Amino acid sequence: MTGRMPLEGYRVIDLCVVWAGPFATMLLGDLGAEVIKVENPFVFQPLTRGAMAHPPAAMIENSPAWSGGFPRNQLGPRPWNYGPTFVSIFRNKKSFTVDLRRPEGLELLQRLVARSDVVYENNATGTMEKLGITYDWLRQANERIIFVRVPAYGSSGPYRTARALGVHLEGVMGHTLLRGYEDTDPSANTAIYSGDYLAGAQGAFAVMAALWQREKTGEGQLIEIAQAENAASMFTQAIMDYTLNRRVQGTIGNRDVFGRAPCGVYPARSPGTAEASLDRWVSIHCTDDAAWEGLKRAMGSPAWAEEPRFATNEARAANFRELDALIGAWTAELEDYEVMRRCQAEGVAAAPVLEASRTFDDPQLRARNFFRRQRQADAGEYEYLGPMWQFGETPVEFYQPPVMFGEHNDYVYRELLGCSEEEYQRFQDAGHVAMEYDASVR
Amino acid sequence: MQAFDDVTVLDLTCHVAGPYATRLLADFGADVIKIERPGGDPARALGPFQGDAPHPEKSGLFFYLNCNKRSVVLDLKREAARSALLRLADRADLVVESFRPGVIERLGIGWETLQARKPSLSLISVSNFGQTGPYRDYRASELVLYGFGGEMYSMGLTEREPVKMAGTAALFESGSAVAVAAAGALFASRRFGIGQRVDISLAETQLGGVDRRHAAAIGYQFSGRRMVRTAGAAAGMPGGIYACADGYVDFNGAGLYPDRVLDMLNSPEWALDPKYADPLARLNPAIIEEWNANFIAWCIERTKREIWTEARRARVLCGPLFTMQDMYEDEHFRGRGFWQKAEHRLMGEVEMAGRPFIMQQGGWQLRRPAPLLGEHTQEVLREAGVSEAAIAAATGEGVLR
Repeated sequence: MTGRMPLEGYRVIDLCVVWAGPFATMLLGDLGAEVIKVENPFVFQPLTRGAMAHPPAAMIENSPAWSGGFPRNQLGPRPWNYGPTFVSIFRNKKSFTVDLRRPEGLELLQRLVARSDVVYENNATGTMEKLGITYDWLRQANERIIFVRVPAYGSSGPYRTARALGVHLEGVMGHTLLRGYEDTDPSANTAIYSGDYLAGAQGAFAVMAALWQREKTGEGQLIEIAQAENAASMFTQAIMDYTLNRRVQGTIGNRDVFGRAPCGVYPARSPGTAEASLDRWVSIHCTDDAAWEGLKRAMGSPAWAEEPRFATNEARAANFRELDALIGAWTAELEDYEVMRRCQAEGVAAAPVLEASRTFDDPQLRARNFFRRQRQADAGEYEYLGPMWQFGETPVEFYQPPVMFGEHNDYVYRELLGCSEEEYQRFQDAGHVAMEYDASVR
Repeated sequence: MQAFDDVTVLDLTCHVAGPYATRLLADFGADVIKIERPGGDPARALGPFQGDAPHPEKSGLFFYLNCNKRSVVLDLKREAARSALLRLADRADLVVESFRPGVIERLGIGWETLQARKPSLSLISVSNFGQTGPYRDYRASELVLYGFGGEMYSMGLTEREPVKMAGTAALFESGSAVAVAAAGALFASRRFGIGQRVDISLAETQLGGVDRRHAAAIGYQFSGRRMVRTAGAAAGMPGGIYACADGYVDFNGAGLYPDRVLDMLNSPEWALDPKYADPLARLNPAIIEEWNANFIAWCIERTKREIWTEARRARVLCGPLFTMQDMYEDEHFRGRGFWQKAEHRLMGEVEMAGRPFIMQQGGWQLRRPAPLLGEHTQEVLREAGVSEAAIAAATGEGVLR
């Protein structure tokens, strides 16, 4: 190991909200960039550090684990520092507070921009403009700045002002009608945010493309990621089927988009009910005839598997309901991991559909040291999901635990911005420097 | 000029995730040399096909994933092919591969060989579960990886099986994660001369992503609570998916801003009942149901586009559920120049989704359509100084020219 990181020495200002933007800056932090979250003690941005600064206890109790599962099931004094929906993407970032609605706050931001390489924002259209933050304004402070904006539908066109989370723009891009069970209406579809994954990762990629370009030209630039457009590639099969064949694809549940069968999710022996999240499921996918032969062996070569109705892929795909029922009768008697072992031993793709808590017990993830323990002063010490890649020489570590609101005010005000003691005191008295939200914030 | 136009990538990946990552590099200028086995990338055999007729040069999926690349056919079982490949590696900044773990070493072109030849070169290895651990040889597919690594368990109806995303969406997510790692490796190499092996487990790129999994996992760590499968049906005031006159509209999270919802509805008398204004009303199923009875009546009288127009005016979180035809014909995306056409020798004009993001300089360009199998074998090997005799020995017979 070299002790170096690919993006060390670059500084990124994070004006992001919700998931897509913060995921991008987290990845840049993972690769060694210094990421500084800019936060406002007078404004609680919904869906960035939680739903509310001080949510009522009843709201937490009635919310699912991913939003209501607070440490030890208590809200604690500063819920914004460890809301489960967001806390994992606070790693490898610094936080400083400033009220950007006031002129002196904007001036502080401009001073920080002068010492930075990238400004990244994914707010609702118009939010930055209302504060006076535009590309031209940033360039006044730093000609070489790279400014990334992530409007839901782009900065032009009839939908430019539409408000959206990832789930809404996936609906517009066709995903919600393409996924889900075949025999229910789309309201059976759970809200998901795959577009936030794509736009976040590609936002980090875009920043690196612009930095690479700047190394050659010396010039910064403005980048626009219209999140809806960005999401489109995920649905390539459906898009190309439309552009090539004018076919409108619909949902096929868990079946293979390329028609290879069997492909599905089957019941495994369960220690409890679905209501208790103790039902177990295992996926099995035969991607060619050899895999089907393997699955037959894994199942103990049952007589039904030799019937002509399952003899070819075409036949298996046509008779998938009968086939799935027979495979399901086999899996239902076994533990999900046992199904995986038997299938994989015969070269068949299979794995448990893991409920999140069980990832922490998985032998593969343990063998690869995937998880990372992190201690944050307010939350305590817990194990978090790990990084997406293993670099041989510049390993991704979680050198900064999930950052607390205002944790790096000292560093940013004093070291980076060079504030004098008197200046710092003045900003503190004016409420810019804080580790709590103002009393007026709910 | 494009951002990565000074970068050469030797691309030994196939199927979806790896090729999507290298396409992103190619789209922003990298010279991506796609090495295909005789017979080609298996994605050439995956649909949709133009005219529904399977043909190795007419897969819409392969086309989309491989635009802007050059195709070289090498039979890596041949010694001459392996030495030609090393000549190409000498000129590359990055090698990306998705063989099963252990295969690249067996072929004699593994990390130690590459590092000895060119220390600043990085090797990105993409596999199902990683290069190490008890599952390293395990098979997988998009369904299997997403079920294991992504937050699929909580998708669907409580009484039914978990249900995945459409198509191979998870592999496009993972491919994006591979592209970020590839760019990171380029920075380490160009700035500090560091070449390295990057071991990417597609399963871990699902676990490490931002779509709900991290939150479900830490929510459990914090509280011991688990995610239950819950459908997206109407809930909240409003929240979830609603039927309308001509389809469906998604109002997830809209109830967070009650004033905007009132504005969207033009403040009808029923919605002004003060009991709806109490923040705790959002937790009372009876009140939610009563509110939704009125709201559903409002939705069902309007089309999805009419509803979205009202929602946009009032800044309400909302998205109509479009079909691919709706989206393709939509004036917004069309007017922004999102759709792009490429001319292909066998398919003719092919239309597809365009840029993933817009850069002012050095940005996305469609420079060439997806390559025919082996279209650039001669050209690329000649550029690398491989002799005509060695080219013949490396490619073997049956190579399309």
